[in-house]
Order: sequence, then structure tokens, then C-alpha cells
Amino acid sequence: MYEYRKFVLAGIALTIVLCYIARLAFLQLTSEEYKSRANDNAFFNNIIFPARGVIYDRNGELLVYNQPAYDIMVIMREINHLDTLDFCNTIGITKAQFDERMELIKDRKKNPGYSTYTQQLFLPQICAEEYGVFQEKLFRFHGFYIRERTIRRYATDHGAHILGDVAEVSPADVEKDEYYSPGDFIGKQGVERSYEQELRGVKGVEVLLRDARGRIQGNYRNGAFDRKPVPGKNLTLSIDTKLQALGERLMEGKMGSIVAIEPSTGEILCMVSAPSYDPHRMEGKQRGAQMMEMQRDPMKPMLNRAISGTYPPGSTFKISQGLTFLQEGIITTSTAYSCSHGFRFAGMKVGCHAHGSPLPLIPAIATSCNSYFCWGLFQMLSNRNKYKTIQDAMTTWKDYMVSMGFGYKLGIDLPGEARGMIPNAEYYDRRLGRWSGLSVISISIGQGEVTLTPLQIANLGATIANRGYYITPHVVKHVEGGHLADSLLVKHHTKVEKKYYDAVVEGMRKAVLGGTCRGANTPMYEVCGKTGTAQNRGHDHSAFMGFAPKDNPKIAIAVYVENGGFGAHFGVPIGALMMEQYINGELSPISEAKAATFQSRHINYGTRER
Amino acid sequence: MIGQENNSKGFFLSIDWVTILLYVILIVWGWFSVCGACYDFNNTDLFSWETNSGKQIVWAGTSLVLAAVLLLIEKRFYDTAAFVIYGGLMLLLLVTIVIAPDTKGSRSWLPIGPVKIQPAEFAKFAVALALSKLMDKYGFNIKKPKDIGKAIVLIVFPMLLIIGQKETGSALVYLAFFLMLYREGMTGSLLFTGFAYVVYFVVGMKYSDEFITNMPVSIGEFSVLLLAMIFTIGMVAVYCRKPFAVKLMSYICFGATLLAMLFSIFVIPFDVCYVMLGLCVLMIGYIVALAIHTRLMRYILIAAFGITSVALYYLSSNIFDHMANHQRIRIEVLLGMKDDPRGAGYNVNQAKIAIGSGGLLGKGFLNGTQTKLKYVPEQHTDFIFCTVGEEEGFVGAAGVLIVYLLFIWRLIVVAERQTDTMGRVYGYCVLSIFLFHLFINVGMVLGLTPVIGIPLPFFSYGGSSLWGFTLLLFIFLRMDAERNLKRL
Repeated sequence: MYEYRKFVLAGIALTIVLCYIARLAFLQLTSEEYKSRANDNAFFNNIIFPARGVIYDRNGELLVYNQPAYDIMVIMREINHLDTLDFCNTIGITKAQFDERMELIKDRKKNPGYSTYTQQLFLPQICAEEYGVFQEKLFRFHGFYIRERTIRRYATDHGAHILGDVAEVSPADVEKDEYYSPGDFIGKQGVERSYEQELRGVKGVEVLLRDARGRIQGNYRNGAFDRKPVPGKNLTLSIDTKLQALGERLMEGKMGSIVAIEPSTGEILCMVSAPSYDPHRMEGKQRGAQMMEMQRDPMKPMLNRAISGTYPPGSTFKISQGLTFLQEGIITTSTAYSCSHGFRFAGMKVGCHAHGSPLPLIPAIATSCNSYFCWGLFQMLSNRNKYKTIQDAMTTWKDYMVSMGFGYKLGIDLPGEARGMIPNAEYYDRRLGRWSGLSVISISIGQGEVTLTPLQIANLGATIANRGYYITPHVVKHVEGGHLADSLLVKHHTKVEKKYYDAVVEGMRKAVLGGTCRGANTPMYEVCGKTGTAQNRGHDHSAFMGFAPKDNPKIAIAVYVENGGFGAHFGVPIGALMMEQYINGELSPISEAKAATFQSRHINYGTRER
Repeated sequence: MIGQENNSKGFFLSIDWVTILLYVILIVWGWFSVCGACYDFNNTDLFSWETNSGKQIVWAGTSLVLAAVLLLIEKRFYDTAAFVIYGGLMLLLLVTIVIAPDTKGSRSWLPIGPVKIQPAEFAKFAVALALSKLMDKYGFNIKKPKDIGKAIVLIVFPMLLIIGQKETGSALVYLAFFLMLYREGMTGSLLFTGFAYVVYFVVGMKYSDEFITNMPVSIGEFSVLLLAMIFTIGMVAVYCRKPFAVKLMSYICFGATLLAMLFSIFVIPFDVCYVMLGLCVLMIGYIVALAIHTRLMRYILIAAFGITSVALYYLSSNIFDHMANHQRIRIEVLLGMKDDPRGAGYNVNQAKIAIGSGGLLGKGFLNGTQTKLKYVPEQHTDFIFCTVGEEEGFVGAAGVLIVYLLFIWRLIVVAERQTDTMGRVYGYCVLSIFLFHLFINVGMVLGLTPVIGIPLPFFSYGGSSLWGFTLLLFIFLRMDAERNLKRL
């Protein structure tokens, strides 16, 4: 009886097992999702941060280094019986700050990785003393932990703009480069930013097994999948700290910039941007507040004027004009133009100061005759035998300027470089409609639409010192265990031959011996120079561009002092002191006294927003 | 009471070695799984008494000794002592309620010296013995309400005691005996009724708050009423052989429902369930009329089924609210009404992750990360199947299921070859218990059945359950080995 029912029961058993096998197949064979979720569960990748590369100056002096700092971490679900008042007093925050910080941690929008089981950053970078006090009381604060990190410290008071700083990555940084996770540090300015890849090294990882309560249960497969961190590469800057320090001293109370380049290598010896700031202000957790304060300052101390500021180059620009006219055959070294207190033609007048007339090129450079270069450009733009249209002439002119490193970024290894302005034919067509050499004549003396960065002016000096070429200026001399980017070592030849450079060098030498740059003359070595006095809406800017010694130059320099008046007023003496410091390694007592005078000679800029 | 020595060779050969082989395979496989589940990074000695894997060796060893002893105890003993054993264990269950310490809300563990035992695991064989003894009695007729009533009392009594210990899961296992009753001739409609009630409950609960698009009709209510009609009419069709009545009821019920639906969609939206409820009343009334007319008990029973079907739905929300909180949440999670992977659904979710991450071939022995790092709670006991899935992959997990299927198939074969009712009934009791454990335990790990805390036989860690299952099985193997002796 009912024996058939054994088949029913066997059928039930078979159905169950088949259903379960199907379910197993679905779970185990169709989707990788469970695998990745299992890994998320079990593996905790403990990141080991590499030491960031340290930074030296060209003489091996330490500029930037690392110091241990301590982050306070919290595991939310482990907090119990916290004496909030004691806790706040220990680490020096208020109850309100404590609550605010806790809310921030719990906000999943701002803190997407939030979990009550894992360590969350409560307070970054407490210093060693605070750490000591906190460490003693740590046993009372259940759920709080210390994570060791390093912070960037500065061994120098100088070169803040070059060194730059580091700070926590922004969400945008994390988005751009998957190397970063929230809370990591990244270079924000200066070489810290431009050499981030070299300095940061490679994070290591320790694959740990984490149990269901978030507790670490040891290394996965005895560390077979661990990766050691690769320390960051050390940088040696081409900056001479002593020179940099002198430059910053001389620029006290002034706005402007000094850039010095070693012409043979393109290495930047100093790059002063005034006003500057003490790099120590960017250390540790005070950075945010300090940044805010400096950004509100109308003098804009954060701005690196040497590469981000664009100025009319004034008479320093005349050298580039002379070279262009010579190469294009507009003039020869013996061509002379008359000057009767300026350039006057068809109702157009560009003033000039008193000097002999007519003058050929070399004395024209030495006396910085406006008229000479206005005539030169006028002749060039009006030459319909050589150029079919004024546009052709203008384009030719522009190509010369670009070949000298103007109008485009030079490609320095620092962030934030401006390109300056070299107008071209299209620009004038658009702006002026019908135009002639006369309409644009002021560009020949570095006024009008032309603007350069102090770096570009210094680079002009280096080009002349090299008699026709420059190497991309750069601030990093050497990357330990690495090499500089090829683009920083390329020789750029201008469109002007060496022989014409020899001519303008004579002019610049004459300017120092008996022209506008007399203040820079010294018996110790042959200085070549050119002043600049750039007109602008306010008081004239004082500029100097030069190099020394004349043969085998060691330094090319540009000095630019905003509203400093005549070039000879600030530019020449500051340039002379800088060259002396670099070439002799020190200042003579007389020069030292002079430096002290210039240090205390401040310019009143008012409080106008710039 | 020791077996007949004069026939020892024949007796030895009569033992069903196939079942024993499958038993040993499952125990050894189970031990490896327990090793995987309990492996600790701080204590890597698998054989140490300190670890669960070491202890499990002891349980397995003592189980083999127990098995050997059981093979020596004659069937005659059980035949005589069945009710005494039953009574003794019922007393033990009762005592347990009173004296057992509270562990995680349940009072089912008795501490005896260094070990703790769970009497509920041992009571199964006593119930199986009592049932087989009862049904072996001359003149027992499962069709007689009085006789089947006795059997049901034997089953329900320990269930109540175990529920008293707050171990509802273990109590539910005793429902498995109804499978045996079905084999012995209990009407299938009873099993079907139970099945239907579970379906009503699941469908009704899960979809009670969801509505058919653009209609004010609860999907849960609609489905339950429709199923009640289908099942009731189906029962009339199967048991009463009255094609006219079936046709009449089908046309009226389904036709009117369809018309109501169309009216609701295209004319005035209204709750179709009122119409369906009316139709159900009409249908049940018709069946009652048939019962009066034909004076057949089956119509009354079918009418009762219909009434309870409808009533159950409207009562179930009430029942649901009165369930213990943890059970209600378990059911809600199982039905997908609550998605709470960190809370109540944690076990099931982590179990799925552990199994799913195993892939085809698994991560290898002792290499499972999820089980080792205790992501799956109760992984060495109720959730042991996770370890199999994670470390041995699809191949291993499916392999275990297939070995189980072979084991159950073998039990059916052995049960069917019994020469007397007692042996057969006992055999079916054994296989019903194993099948139920397999169904619920693996099902809950795979997220298919509710999380009812019962072990996977031979795999789950624990002495009580291993001894309990060994006891259950080897009494049967001894009975089977005697089937030939009787003829001598």
C-alpha cells in the first residue's frame, strides 16, 4: 500500500537538491560581485606612506625636510564613556569644535568612506608636545588612536614661492589621479607641486586581514601581497640660498622681482618675488588660516611675480629690437638715427632725454635712446621692398620676439607661469583696423601692448650672455636617482646670429662704462647691462637687465621694482649687488653698507588693490 | 541483549555498508569543514583539544563507538522499550525547561560535567521509536482519526516542550514526521493544506502593501484569494470527481473575477477583492450545499479548507504582529520586505557573500577569508555550509548536496526493504528528519528559507547533534540488519 509514495518523497528530495544546486550555480558561477564584496570585507589595505623627498639648494644646504606628526583617529563604535571636557582640554579644542568635527565625520556626503568600524581622521597633525600629553591620557579615551604621519618643515626663511607647500588633496585631485585617497598630501605650489611625482614616492601597502568586528588578524599570506613604500626622490635646486636671501633683503618694502639665471645651463640662481612670505607659515595645520590671511592681503604676497607678473619691459626690450633690425638688415651697426629729444614724425612724438645726435646703435643702447629704436621699427614696418604688407613685417617681427622666449611660456618647472604679451598683426587688425608703423611704435621701446614676465627679461639677459641661445630656465638642478625633463635641457636658438649679439653686448658694456648703468660698474669684472624705465599709470617701474662677466658670463639678471622710478634708481644698484654677491660669494663692506641702505629704502604703495 | 553470536558472519554482511560509507564520508567531509570554519590565525593546531576542530574529532570518534554499540543492541529491545524511552526523554525535555541555564534566550542546554548537551537533539529518535511502535501495532489504521490523532499527539507533545525551551527552530523539525505519515498512507491533502497555508502566508505578507498598477487592489490579497479559489476548486476536482461542479465553480469564479477586473480597469476603479471575497463565500456555500446533498465528509473538509484559506489571510497579519520580534524580522528579511544587510539580514547576506566568493573551485582548504574572519555568525554550527561553499567552491558544495541525495536515496531503499511496519516507519522517520534538516539548513544559508537555527547533520560542529543523528541512524541500521535474521 502506498509504496508509490516513496517516489514522491524521492522526488521531493531530488527537487530540493536540484534547486539548491541551481542556486549555488547562480551565487558562485554567474557573478563576480560576491567575490569583490568578500575582498572588501576581509582585506584591509594598510597604506604605508613613503617619506617625501627632501629639498636642497645648489650648495647642498637643506631647505625642506620631514618631521613626524600625529593624526588623532577615531573609531566611532568604540567610543564609550568619553570625558569630552577632559578630551577637549587635552588636545586644546572647544566642545563646539569637537561636536562640529564629529558631525563632519558622520556626514557621508563629505566623508564617503565613513564606517563606524574603521579609523576616521578626527584631528590632523598634532605636534610632538601635544602628542606627548595626549598619549599619556589615551587609555582613557576609548576609540581614539594615533596615526603617525610626517609634515613638511622648512629649514630656510627664503624662497617660499619656489619651494611651495603641501596640503591635503582636494576632491578634484582624487578625481584626477587615482593614486590619491582623501587625507593624502599633495604639493600645492612651487616645486612641491611641479615635482610632486618625484617627491611623493610610491605608497606601500600591507594587506591585512580584518575580521567582522574590524579587528586586524594579521598579514594575508604572510605578506606575500605586501608592497614596500618607495621613498620620494630628493631634489637639489639650482637656487643659491645666500643670493636668494640677499635678493629678498634688498626687495624689502618694495614690490617686484629679481630673477638670476646661470646662462650656460639655464639654472635659476635666485627668484625673488616681493613681497614674499616666510615659508614656515605653511607648516602643519595652521596652513589654512595663514593662506586665508595672505590671500586677503592687498599686496598679494602669495603671487610669484617673477613668473606670474607681467610688466612692460621698458628699455630692456630695446636690445631685442636692435638684434632684430640688425638681422633683418634694417640697420647696420653704423646706421645712425637722429634724436631731438625724442622721435617726431607725422605728428607722432615719443620723448627722449638729452644726448648727442645722431647716434649709431652702440651709443644708442648705452644712452637708451628711444628715438633710435622707434625709427628702426618704423623703418622695418614701412619697408615694402622687403615685406609685402605691414602684416608680413609685423609677423616677421613677432617671430623674432617669440624666438627670444617672449609671448609664450618659457616652460619653467614651476606652476603658474604667465606668457606675457607680444602683439601680432591679427591683433592690431582686430583692434585698430587700419594701422601703420606709427600706430604701434611704442612697442619698440618695451611699452604699449608688450608685456614680459621678469623671468622672460632675465632670460633675455641670458640669451645675450650666451650670444644667441638660451636653455629653458629651471629651478631644479638635480633629481636624486632621476633626471630632469628633456624640455628643461633644450638649447633654444634665436633667429639672430651671434655676430649681432656681439654688437649689442658692446652697447650694454658701454651703458655700464658710461651710460645709463654706470652704477653697476666695478673694477672686479666686466658687467654688461641695460636699464629700463617703464611708464605706466602710476609712478614709473624701475628695471635692470644685465649679465657678468662679459666673457664667460656666470650670471644673467633681471631686476624689476614696481613704481621704483628710473632704472638707475633701484634696478641698477640692486642688480649690481646681486651680481657681486654671486660672483664674489660675498659683498664688500662698502657694498654691504649699500645693501643696508636699499633694504631700508621702502616704496609707499598705499593700500590700493592691485 | 547482545546480538546472536552464532550467526555473526551473516549478520555482519546484513549491515548496510553503503549507508555507513556515506555516513563516514559526510562525517569526514564535515570535519574538514569545521576545520575551515574554526581555523584561527592564533591557534593553528587543528588537532588541539582547545580548538573546535580538535573537539569535533572527539565527537566523531565517540560517535563511531556509539554506532558500534548501537549495532549490537537488538531490535527487540526497542520494540519493548519504545514508549519507556519516549517517556524518559519527554521527562528530560521537561526537566530541561526548568533547570537549564539561560543561554542567549533559550533554555535547551543541559550542562553535564565539562560538556553541554541538548536533549532536543536526542528526543527525535525517541519520537521515531514511539511512532514506529505505535504504527506497528495490529489494527493501526492511519485513516482512522483516532489512530492518526495518537500519532500526531506523539509528534506535537515534544514540539510544545521544545517551544517551551524557546527553541522554535528545533521544534519545527518534528513536522518532518508528517512526511513519514504521508508515506504510511496519510491523505496527501493534509500535506498539501500545510503547503498551501505556507504559500498564503508568504505571498500574502510579502505583497500586502503593494498594489496592482493603477488599481486600488493589494497584490497580496488578490493573489491569496485567487489561490484559495484555485486550490479549493482543484481539491474538488481531485477528490470528488464531479466535473459539473468544477466547471460551474471555475466559470463563475474566474469569469466574474475577470469581469470585475475589466470593470475596474476601464470603467470605475474599485477594489476587486470585495468581489472575489463574495465569490469565495458563494463557492464555499455551494460546496457546503454539496456536502449536505451528498453527505460526504470530503466536501465538508474541502469547505473547511476554503474557509481557513480565506480566514488565514485576514488573520495572518494579526498572527504576524504577535510573533516574537526576532522571528518576525527573520521572516521579513527572508521575504525581502526589509533590506538591512547590517542588521537582521546580516547573517544571510554574509553567508551569500561567503558562498558567492567561492567560485567554481573555491579558495582552498583553510583559505576561506570570510569564514575565517568570522564574517558569518554561527559559521561552524548552523552556517557551516558557507565554509564548504567558500573553500571548496561550487564543486564542493554541489558535491555535498549530491552525497546527501545519495544518502537519502539509500535510506529510502533500505526503509522500503523492511519486512515489518516498525522498521519501515522508523526508517522513514530517519530520512524525513535528515531531509528536513538539509532543506532548512542549506536553504537558509543560500537565502531561500527562513533562518531557523537547526544544524546540518554531520557537518555542523557539536557533540549533541552528531550523537543525536548517529543514534537516530544506527538504531535503524541495526533494525535493517535483523531483517534477514527473522526469517532464519
